[in-house]
Amino acid sequence: MTAPAIALTAIDKRFGPVHANRAIDLVVEKGTIHGIIGENGAGKSTLMSILYGFYEADSGTIAVNGAPVRIRSSADAIRLGIGMVHQHFMLVEPMTVAENVLLGAEGGALIAGGLVHARAEIARLGADYGLVVDPDAVVGELSVGLQQRVEIIKALYRGAEVLILDEPTGVLTPAEAPQLFEVLGELSRQGRTILIITHKLKEIMAITDAVSVMRRGEMVAHRRTAATSVSELAELMVGRAIVHPARGEGTAPGAPLLAVEHLTVRDSRKVVRVEDVSFAVRAGEIVGIAGVSGNGQSELVEAIAGIIRPASGAIRIAGHTLTAADDAASARTHGLAHVPEDRHRMGLVTAFPAWENLLLGHHRDAAYGSGPLIDRERTVAATAQTMAHFDVRPADPLLKTANFSGGNQQKLVIAREIEAGPQVLIAAQPTRGVDIGAIAFIHQQLLAMKAAGKAILLVSVELDEIFALADRIVVMCGGKVVGIRPVAETDQNEIGLMMAGVERAA
Amino acid sequence: MSTPVTLPRWADLALLPLINVAVAFLAAGLVVLAIGESPLEATGILLRGALGHAEGIGFTLYYATNFIFAGLAVAVAFHAGLFNIGGEGQAIVGGVGAAMVALALGHLPGLIVLPLAVLAAALFGAAWAAVPGWLQARRGSHVVITTIMFNFIASALLIYLLVDIFRPPGSMEPSSRLFAAGGKLPFLHDLLAMIGISMPKTPLNLSFVIALGAAVVVYLLIDRSRLGYGLRTVGANPTAARYGGISPERATVVAMAISGGLAGMMAINEILGVQHRLINDFTGGYGFVGIAVALMGRSHPVGLLLAALLFGVLYQGGTELAFDKPRITRDMIVVIQGLVILFAGALEFMFKPALARLLKAKER
Amino acid sequence: MELIDTAFAVFASGLRLAIPLLCACLAGLYSERSGVVDIGLEGKMLAAAFGATAAALSTGSALAGLAVGVATATVLALIHGYAAITQRGNQIVSGMAINMLAAGLTALLGNAWYREGGRTPPLDGGARFSPITLPGAEALSGIPVFGPFYKTVLSGHPLPVYIALAAVPLTWFLFFRTRWGLRLRAVGENPAAVDTAGISVPRLRYSAMLMTGMLCGLGGTYLAVAQAASFLPNMTAGKGFIALAALIFAKWRPVQALGACLLFGVLDAVAIRLQGVALPGIGQVPVQAIQALPYILTVILLAGFVGRAIPPRAVGVPYVKER
Repeated sequence: MTAPAIALTAIDKRFGPVHANRAIDLVVEKGTIHGIIGENGAGKSTLMSILYGFYEADSGTIAVNGAPVRIRSSADAIRLGIGMVHQHFMLVEPMTVAENVLLGAEGGALIAGGLVHARAEIARLGADYGLVVDPDAVVGELSVGLQQRVEIIKALYRGAEVLILDEPTGVLTPAEAPQLFEVLGELSRQGRTILIITHKLKEIMAITDAVSVMRRGEMVAHRRTAATSVSELAELMVGRAIVHPARGEGTAPGAPLLAVEHLTVRDSRKVVRVEDVSFAVRAGEIVGIAGVSGNGQSELVEAIAGIIRPASGAIRIAGHTLTAADDAASARTHGLAHVPEDRHRMGLVTAFPAWENLLLGHHRDAAYGSGPLIDRERTVAATAQTMAHFDVRPADPLLKTANFSGGNQQKLVIAREIEAGPQVLIAAQPTRGVDIGAIAFIHQQLLAMKAAGKAILLVSVELDEIFALADRIVVMCGGKVVGIRPVAETDQNEIGLMMAGVERAA
Repeated sequence: MSTPVTLPRWADLALLPLINVAVAFLAAGLVVLAIGESPLEATGILLRGALGHAEGIGFTLYYATNFIFAGLAVAVAFHAGLFNIGGEGQAIVGGVGAAMVALALGHLPGLIVLPLAVLAAALFGAAWAAVPGWLQARRGSHVVITTIMFNFIASALLIYLLVDIFRPPGSMEPSSRLFAAGGKLPFLHDLLAMIGISMPKTPLNLSFVIALGAAVVVYLLIDRSRLGYGLRTVGANPTAARYGGISPERATVVAMAISGGLAGMMAINEILGVQHRLINDFTGGYGFVGIAVALMGRSHPVGLLLAALLFGVLYQGGTELAFDKPRITRDMIVVIQGLVILFAGALEFMFKPALARLLKAKER
Repeated sequence: MELIDTAFAVFASGLRLAIPLLCACLAGLYSERSGVVDIGLEGKMLAAAFGATAAALSTGSALAGLAVGVATATVLALIHGYAAITQRGNQIVSGMAINMLAAGLTALLGNAWYREGGRTPPLDGGARFSPITLPGAEALSGIPVFGPFYKTVLSGHPLPVYIALAAVPLTWFLFFRTRWGLRLRAVGENPAAVDTAGISVPRLRYSAMLMTGMLCGLGGTYLAVAQAASFLPNMTAGKGFIALAALIFAKWRPVQALGACLLFGVLDAVAIRLQGVALPGIGQVPVQAIQALPYILTVILLAGFVGRAIPPRAVGVPYVKER
């Protein structure tokens, strides 16, 4: 019997008070595709980072092909034949594909020779595995799917026998994902070992041979994929049976509270990101915008929220048409609230205490003080109340926001936006990086707002979330609206095709 | 290093900065040794010169006045995420503004002229800073480079104005004529004498009180006001600021203007309070001291006042020291400034791990 | 002919004025391309100028001066590197600190050692870099246009000028043809990509800071030991900052950096020529306006004609391994 490609024994890692990996055991057989699943914060990325030499474990052993090894750096890992494709690509965007592939494996002090060799190898990998890409293309100008190919090529160029992929399909269209799986399948047939980290249970079932489940830093189960199911894996991931909040019977939706008409938005480089988009969201309705990230949803949301100005078209919030003079503040006064897709970049100032974050977007409100000064006591008290209502833990308004967990930070943002009593709520990726308990809570809040007659625009890359909450689905691809469907009249297949730009005849 | 080091709050806020400053002074002591003098002796002369007698204290506070304004200027800009290194130039231009009012209206009573002159100093300084601020906001021109360029331009401008415009006919000196009585800020020793307290004659004047008032106003503005909230948000996270309806471009200009206004007011100490005329090179590098003061005081008003006082001690004591030990010139203070900025600013957290270990060892 | 002679004289003068800018600009190029902001170029040049002069005075050798000048600037560069790279401190603050330390120490030591109010005695003889006549300068001077150009503009400069000029193609080669250059360019755009490729980010950035120090040392040494033949307090007069503006104008590329610095130098030379000359319509320009011209020009450059220049993406951001 051949030794397993990778064997981890009792791997333990702490980051200060956080016990990220607790005595993890893992065995990965050579030539298999092995999935690692778990919720956000379960410790999967930490474990793989240890395998890739990014961190060193506090204790425990690693064996590659049966021989015990010490991996102290990425260079060690590369030497042992371990390659990693990160969730956020490690590419140098202004450089070409060949230069990116060459980086770190130049083969000499001068790079001329290395470039020749790299081009030849890239051509060969394209022919052998279908990883076709132009070596002289500038990486920053490639599509996300092609960029991912470059990442895989990089690993193979360095002789990776074990390939680790971290959430590889999050950035791909539903059509690109099967292409990736074909490549992975071919690689494993040719004897390479693949480790996939993901939280997408359907994909695990589709392509892996074995799967290991992590929960709160511990390895809780190993299964042969053929011998398990999506629901068993889900339960193992969470530790209990999951209850989805009931949709409830909706009353018929009312008048449109948000209307977008022929909206076109350009980015800072004048590239069109949103093209001639029109739709409306009515009172008591949730409209979900589905699409792979990067297809214009972010720019659409920022235009509606008043953060950027559209190139042309109209936006109407509760009857008021936004003009060039409007900004995010005036959009709010007209009844808009916005939960941004990136709470760290946009939704919060992590250096501020929680109460000062509750002021964000509302610091001019009379409720927080009359005159030029802010009434600190009143604001802190209001924050404490809000935190209690929305189950933000710990319920301490004076605590620095950076010290809250991701889920609680997100609850803080949602609390702030809902407490503002808007007519229209935009929720962009509202459950990104949030653990399942908080996800259910957030979904509940959105459904409650719908029941209260508000208009909700939900933007999400997770089709499950859209189908669980939305009444109608607007599909975006390449900046355009590909189609609008009532959720009862469609399914994930159709929406998936539309997300990839394939529109079925209506 | 993947483990974040944590210190108890008091150590973080008070002990670590104190250590940083102490190390800076130790390093300065080494420099004194290197030029052949005794650091201990030098320190003694310095402290006695600054605090040993009432006259010294008066001078110390007079110097500190400059540093309070300069430090406030830098601190306000810091809060908005900006580096205002142009305090020198803004102070020069502020002085020109104050002088113009004092020269034109000095025959009127001080109660009318002086507030106008102070306002002029602030407005001129604000304008000199707002231009680089606007350039940063609208054109992306790096405010560090532009404010330093504006310093040089202001120096050249001042010489030109003094030689060609303000100089009284027949005079060889590059300076304006003396202001009439209305353009002179009263000395504190005169004011105190009016209520029966006697104090030796020093340059300490009313601008010291104005500086303290400015510190209070700045604290209220930054920490408590809506405008201050907006500036701080832009400084911490410009994207979140825009999301929150605050314009980062506007905040940049406003912050630079306020900062420049404070720097401009630094001029009133010398021009309205002591010299009573416009002279050349009256800023003497004080604008840069403001950077050290703001970093030492961690942009907090109390810390800032203490830091300004410390540098006041250094300047006054340093003057006495330069008398006694001619080898230790005023440039020593610039060296100390640099060391303070290095250790309290750039190397802020260098001693944090060692301190944490020490504190944990004590706990056991 | 006279016009051409004058033009060449101005170019030659412009070249000499451009050299300190060029050294500082290239120094900044290495630093910023690796991701480290360095506003302490001014201080490093000043410190190098002082160190070089002191060494040249005591040893009588200009080359010894160059060695000490380079060493001084490199030490300061490594201090900045330590603060920025290892301690992950604020890079602008660190640069300011270096500038102040240099200003204070050069004045303090200058006064303590030489007692002339901070300036040093003049350098002469072997302690000063003397002009080098390129081979064939006289022989070729008869050729119309090229001859005088070769003799006036290209030939007759001190050694540091030629070293600085040679640094331009050398930098280009290092950046675009070597492994080190590839890695350097990458680490300024995406240090995580470099880290995951198994390359040490700190080591790469420190090596860039070494180059920064050496080039600042060259520039400072040239200022004092070749051009002014002594050290004067604050003799760098903002050149370190103008060089940063030139770097932005050159969009962080070596050959364009030469162009930008030459432009500044020639404009400066022209302005100096115009001192005391009555211009049609304006009359005599005040000498202070001429003095302020480089600074005004820098502001205009940064404000408008440059457009939005995009720096290396990771510049100024200390690299922290993400959790």
